Amino acid sequence: MPKINKDSTLNITFVGIGLCLLCSAIISFIAIQLRSVQENNVVLDMQKKIVSSAGLEKVYGSVENAMSNIKTLIIDLDKGEIVNINPDSYELAKELREDGKYKFLSAEEDVASIKKREKYSKIYIEYKDNEINTLILPVRGYGLWGILYGYLAIEGDFNTVAGLEFYEHKETPGLGAEIDNPKWKALWKGKKIYQENGEVSLKVIKGIVLETSNNFSYEIDGLSGATLTCNGVSNLIAYWMGNDGFLNFINNLQKIDV
Amino acid sequence: MSKYSEILFRPVFKENPIALQMLGICSALAVTSKLYPTLIMCVALTVTVSLSNFFISMIRNITPSNIRIIVQMTIISSLVILVDQALKAYDYETSKTLSVFVGLIITNCIVMGRAEAFAMQNPPGVSFLDGFGNGLGYSVILIILGTIRELFGTGTILEYEIFPLVQNGGWYVPNNFFLLPPVSFILIGLIIWALRAWQKDQIEEPEFKMSQNSPEIVPNPPPTPSSKAAS
Repeated sequence: MPKINKDSTLNITFVGIGLCLLCSAIISFIAIQLRSVQENNVVLDMQKKIVSSAGLEKVYGSVENAMSNIKTLIIDLDKGEIVNINPDSYELAKELREDGKYKFLSAEEDVASIKKREKYSKIYIEYKDNEINTLILPVRGYGLWGILYGYLAIEGDFNTVAGLEFYEHKETPGLGAEIDNPKWKALWKGKKIYQENGEVSLKVIKGIVLETSNNFSYEIDGLSGATLTCNGVSNLIAYWMGNDGFLNFINNLQKIDV
Repeated sequence: MSKYSEILFRPVFKENPIALQMLGICSALAVTSKLYPTLIMCVALTVTVSLSNFFISMIRNITPSNIRIIVQMTIISSLVILVDQALKAYDYETSKTLSVFVGLIITNCIVMGRAEAFAMQNPPGVSFLDGFGNGLGYSVILIILGTIRELFGTGTILEYEIFPLVQNGGWYVPNNFFLLPPVSFILIGLIIWALRAWQKDQIEEPEFKMSQNSPEIVPNPPPTPSSKAAS
């Protein structure tokens, strides 16, 4: 190897530029090679949450099978109607940034403390024998440290809960983060949302729900040490199941065919 | 052969990057609340530090000394980006848990420290071994932390239940303190204590000593006969 002066300006320029070009070429190549796998992962992860909120992965054996029975729709929340928008291009974060696609909530409207509500929402419907079997609705609301994002699954009578699953939250591990505990999530199945008069009554209470209680089918055991998170969960149910949330759409569903 | 195994295993106990060199503490605090992400983090760091040592050593003879830090950083960050991309593609769940800490391997002092202290002076093969050994040393401490924190914080090891929790009808009340980062400080301190009790030569000379009340210094020395004579 010829002896080179490694501290000459020429060598500094050469090594600097050469190394940067080489490294960027390698990184770009690998990043492009892996992109499709990564994008697939993000989609699969979301599908897993959607499917498991309703416990459908057990019914169908796998997430893919379950997804093939699920139809994705975009609805107008105020009118409660299905709109003809391609669900693949829909992204909640984008909707909440674009003017005219969201509305600010006033203090008394904003039960779930989310400040802004989108105009269109992306929902999922699972069909069995051409009838709606499960309705999976995106819900969110403020917990203790941040917004809880999740899916609430409702059975075909549009009143019985099939399950609840949060896919993003910032709650304290061991306390508020127990909303991810399978035992607690299992409590939701079979609970009712609306009372006879149409009022949203489903909520998380403090302590344990007694089986003799009159409200047994409307109440969920509280998580000890996580009162504020539990209140957040109650609030988001109250908001999204109410007039401002999916109530219009649910009322329409009982009349129209999807 | 013994020279190579010396290079490989010396950083594990004798010159542990965390316990003796005090490098890479930040990630040791941040990622060890569960064992599985800890293991992935260990693999990510070990791969990065071994390969960065290897490549930096390979071009050490043409690296201009006044841009050597930039050259090292370019190689290290490229490797970290590759590790991060691979993790996002093949273990998405864990990459979400580790989030920013994989990217922060770039600033992990172990990687830079070994590049500067070892790879710039030694041939590629040996440098690779040195990097791998330091990765192992880091991993040993992280795995100890991860195991203890997950066991006492959530009663599980690798999500497998060891202590049945009260919430699930068992007897163990999880200690949430173990899930918070500061507990790692205490555990690392205990590990260092244990290591130094075993390997006495790791004990550092104290930089300062408390001065003693020495009897030699007397505040007001009695006047000597000669000074008395002068006055």
